[in-house]
Amino acid sequence: MELVFKRPECLIDVPFHFCPGCHHGIAHRLVAEAIDYFKIREKTIGVASVGCSVFMYDYFNIDVLEAPHGRASAVASGVKRARKDLIVFTIQGDGDLGAIGIGEGIHTANRGENITLIFANNGIYGMTGGQMAPTTLLGQKTTTSPYGRDFTYDGYPIRMAEMMATLEGSAFVARVAVNNPANLMKAKKAVRKAFQMQVEEMGFSFVEILMSCPTNWGLSSLEANRRVEEEMIPYFPLGILKERKMADYL
Amino acid sequence: MDQNLEKILVRGNEAVAMGAIDAGCRLFFGYPITPQNEIPEYLSKHLPPLGGEFIQAESEIASINLLLGASATGARAMSSSSSPGISLMQEGISYMAGSELPAVIVNISRSGPGLGGISASQGDYFQATRGGGHGDYRMIVLAPSTVQEMYDLTCLAFDLSDKYRNPAMILGDALIGQMKEPLIRRKPQQMDLPPKDWKLTGAKGRKPNKIKSLYLQEGELTEHNWKLYQKYEKMKEEEVRFETVNTEDARFVIAAFGSMARVSKTAMELAREEGMKVGLFRPITLFPYPEKALYDISTRVKQFLTVELNTGQMVEDVRLSVGRDAQVFFYGKPPGALPPPEEILEEIKKYY
Repeated sequence: MELVFKRPECLIDVPFHFCPGCHHGIAHRLVAEAIDYFKIREKTIGVASVGCSVFMYDYFNIDVLEAPHGRASAVASGVKRARKDLIVFTIQGDGDLGAIGIGEGIHTANRGENITLIFANNGIYGMTGGQMAPTTLLGQKTTTSPYGRDFTYDGYPIRMAEMMATLEGSAFVARVAVNNPANLMKAKKAVRKAFQMQVEEMGFSFVEILMSCPTNWGLSSLEANRRVEEEMIPYFPLGILKERKMADYL
Repeated sequence: MDQNLEKILVRGNEAVAMGAIDAGCRLFFGYPITPQNEIPEYLSKHLPPLGGEFIQAESEIASINLLLGASATGARAMSSSSSPGISLMQEGISYMAGSELPAVIVNISRSGPGLGGISASQGDYFQATRGGGHGDYRMIVLAPSTVQEMYDLTCLAFDLSDKYRNPAMILGDALIGQMKEPLIRRKPQQMDLPPKDWKLTGAKGRKPNKIKSLYLQEGELTEHNWKLYQKYEKMKEEEVRFETVNTEDARFVIAAFGSMARVSKTAMELAREEGMKVGLFRPITLFPYPEKALYDISTRVKQFLTVELNTGQMVEDVRLSVGRDAQVFFYGKPPGALPPPEEILEEIKKYY
């Protein structure tokens, strides 16, 4: 019988620790498929950020370096500058990239570092138990916004992809979701494109993935998928925001 | 090895940069801050032609994390800063110690606390020797007192940090960094170092390498901390470096490091001219601290004067090291004016 669906070579055969319905596992798989597609597993370095994404080294069959909270893109840049022949990526959560590490993220993009940054945006701090994130939507209740996020106190949810797209150094910027099969297929393409950009030395590539966090949202998996569609996507529109056709220095 | 044994006249900061290049460092990450700017300026000019990389990062936080990333590939890399910037790097240094990543960090210290000032100070002694960041770790700390040592100890710092897979710091100050002295750029013989089989190069033909400092399994972190402790103990056994002058016949010894050791040496000479048997003890490694050597001296010498450019930091290590029957006096100057040798001589006379 023909095998039509299998685990990517880039993933280790262990179950994810992620909560039921969490999209993190899907993001891992999309990254693994892209690495397999370009046959770069043996020269790829993953940088684990702090948050639910930190256990990357338990799942990816590649060399992995753990970064301090928020600093993953700076760490990834350091790896890349030392070894330009390697492929370097990181998966950063919304707390890691949108809050504590926003400076490192912006300057990494602005320098046009030839790395790939996957931004896992679920609008909440997952690992620490459901606190407000920079991308928490207005009105959304979290353990530190118990009355709902109020812009007079907490400011507004940050649109990272739009911000990254304004920077001359970024070569590819997209926002995708994985809450239904149609969106998933587009997400797969975008993640692959991001790695292609790096393989072709086009510069900084960035894919924001809207993700669910059923546990901390207090929703079932299906309700969480619906919330991505009905509440997140209207504020965080999907699409390719920027795509460089030729490296600037060519 | 091509050796240029000609003397050149350079600043201490330039000597650090030259030492880094001669030790094989090809990556530098930093952020401008006085009084260490000659280091990044020199390297921004000289690294690219050597195929190296220089990044002026957006902050010292980014610098230390770029350093962490580069070091994980097995490359020799360096960052330099001065006191406030070094404070920002403490998080990254703690992660590097926890992840067992080598790198050299240069602190051409200025005065604090806070923005303080740009004059020389030794107020960062505690921060450098007690860990500085969170967690139970130590850093190798080398304290040069001449421009030549700025070069020599930078080279040594790369070897020691590789040998122990631990960050190493050069703790200079505005005085040593800014002054010019003759330097002989003599490349030291590299130590015999273990292969970096831990480095990240892509998992080709081997199992993936992981570099991390998170240990959540039962007992893992305890074991990891004991492993680090064993390294620090080994450093204490093998890497202690110090200089003694006239301690053999001395009945009074000045203990001072870095720039203050220079002034203290002159004070010692003045005391000798007046017939007082004064010696000098100068720790070169601030961690590991030369405890045993200082204890041995205290079996013969019962009076010590610690001289520092602060209100009393290394004096604690002197007190911890000497025998119980030894007296330890302290003469310190907070940042501002450097004490002239005559001032230290007066202190000696008070107790001698």
